[in-house]
Amino acid sequence: MKKFSLLNHERIPMHEIMAEDEISSVLKQYGIGKEQLPKIKVNDPVIKEINATVGDVVKITRINPTSGKSYYYRLVIE
Amino acid sequence: MAISEATIDSMLKDLPLPEKMVSVLREDAIKAKVSKKELEEIIDRLLEEYEYACVEPCEAVGVVSAQSIGEPGTQMTMRTFHYAGVAEINVTLGLPRLIEIVDARKEPSTPMMTIALEEEFSNDRDNARKLAWEIQSSHIEHLADVTTDMANMQLVIDLHEKTLIQRDIGIDDIADKLRDGLGATVHIPEIPDNQIVVRPNEPSYRELLQLAKKVHEITLKGIEGIKRVVIRKEGDEYTLYTEGSKLQKVLEIEGVDATRIYTNNIGEIYSVFGIEAARNAIIHEASETLREQGLTVDARHIMLVADIMTCDGEVKQIGRHGISGEKASVFARAAFEVTVNHLLDAGMRGDVDQLNGVTENIIVGQPIKLGTGNVHLLAKRHGLD
Repeated sequence: MKKFSLLNHERIPMHEIMAEDEISSVLKQYGIGKEQLPKIKVNDPVIKEINATVGDVVKITRINPTSGKSYYYRLVIE
Repeated sequence: MAISEATIDSMLKDLPLPEKMVSVLREDAIKAKVSKKELEEIIDRLLEEYEYACVEPCEAVGVVSAQSIGEPGTQMTMRTFHYAGVAEINVTLGLPRLIEIVDARKEPSTPMMTIALEEEFSNDRDNARKLAWEIQSSHIEHLADVTTDMANMQLVIDLHEKTLIQRDIGIDDIADKLRDGLGATVHIPEIPDNQIVVRPNEPSYRELLQLAKKVHEITLKGIEGIKRVVIRKEGDEYTLYTEGSKLQKVLEIEGVDATRIYTNNIGEIYSVFGIEAARNAIIHEASETLREQGLTVDARHIMLVADIMTCDGEVKQIGRHGISGEKASVFARAAFEVTVNHLLDAGMRGDVDQLNGVTENIIVGQPIKLGTGNVHLLAKRHGLD
């Protein structure tokens, strides 16, 4: 079986690991702490694919029917 | 006088508007050949309208969503047991399906996959058919007549030659699969052709009858659990539809376009493709179910439901074992279901309710933190330091 990247699937949006300063600017924008972000499990197939670890924040680029492109953030948890 | 595209772009850059709105505005501005002054006014009016259309702070969006999905739901009940088919495959629709989605069932009642194929398979019906036989599970009853020969203590399997050719299965393959699956003596006699004889290890009637039962359960070819595969031409390519869903197994098959495969089993999507794909699947399945019934529900309500179901990194149901059951407040949980149990357990544990939510404050008769109830007036008193 040839390797295929989960991120190429048409129904899986782009996941990226965020840099520390990017995280703090997002948290500041929403006025929340890191643990208040939505979560994603560390054993999620996509998280395994991008090699994120517990404590990382991933930025998800969603394509919405209403607004076009939008960003969503998830904290990687155990 | 019309302005250039570059000017329009620079004017639209950094507007606090969703991307889609900006792109529509850009297109229309170019098409209508607006002047700079006109565009400025359009932008001003648009920003005003956009702000007006936004949800206000402290608005109870969850309640609005619940009602917006619930009301069309009442119209669905009438047609509960309607089934409609995509490509001759029956799928549960209407209210039962909607309930299945929000309950986050592990396995839907009618799992179904849509399998897009890679180019060399999607253009050619014969290749597509071949792939379909790789996926559809073949059992002995599809391929042969099984007779129990009591006198000689054996099972005689008469294979249909035509079906074997059609499904591209060799007689030796079948014999091997049966040997592995049954653990009995399997041999292929010289004459007549296309026959397999299975004998139990011990010549007892019980063994023989058990064998006769077991032989039907063995999957000889294809993926176990995929009952049927239907080929349909979608646009100018052949697509496979399956009854039954085994995402991981199908992904491993050569010729399947892994980037466009889809199943209506949200649990499977979650375990193979992850939480974000599961969220998309919830939105897709719920809006398709509503749309098929001729009901229009704003996508935002469904998106909110999908977001709350997936916000903890796993698909949780809306209900006692999910969202409502995990609320922090004792009163909120007690107000939902199994009231006495919640109160009793909380009492025994000595739980404290912080009265932060809406439900618990209604129960104790306090103003709720919604709308104007969430705003407090603070007086700044001068000279009283």
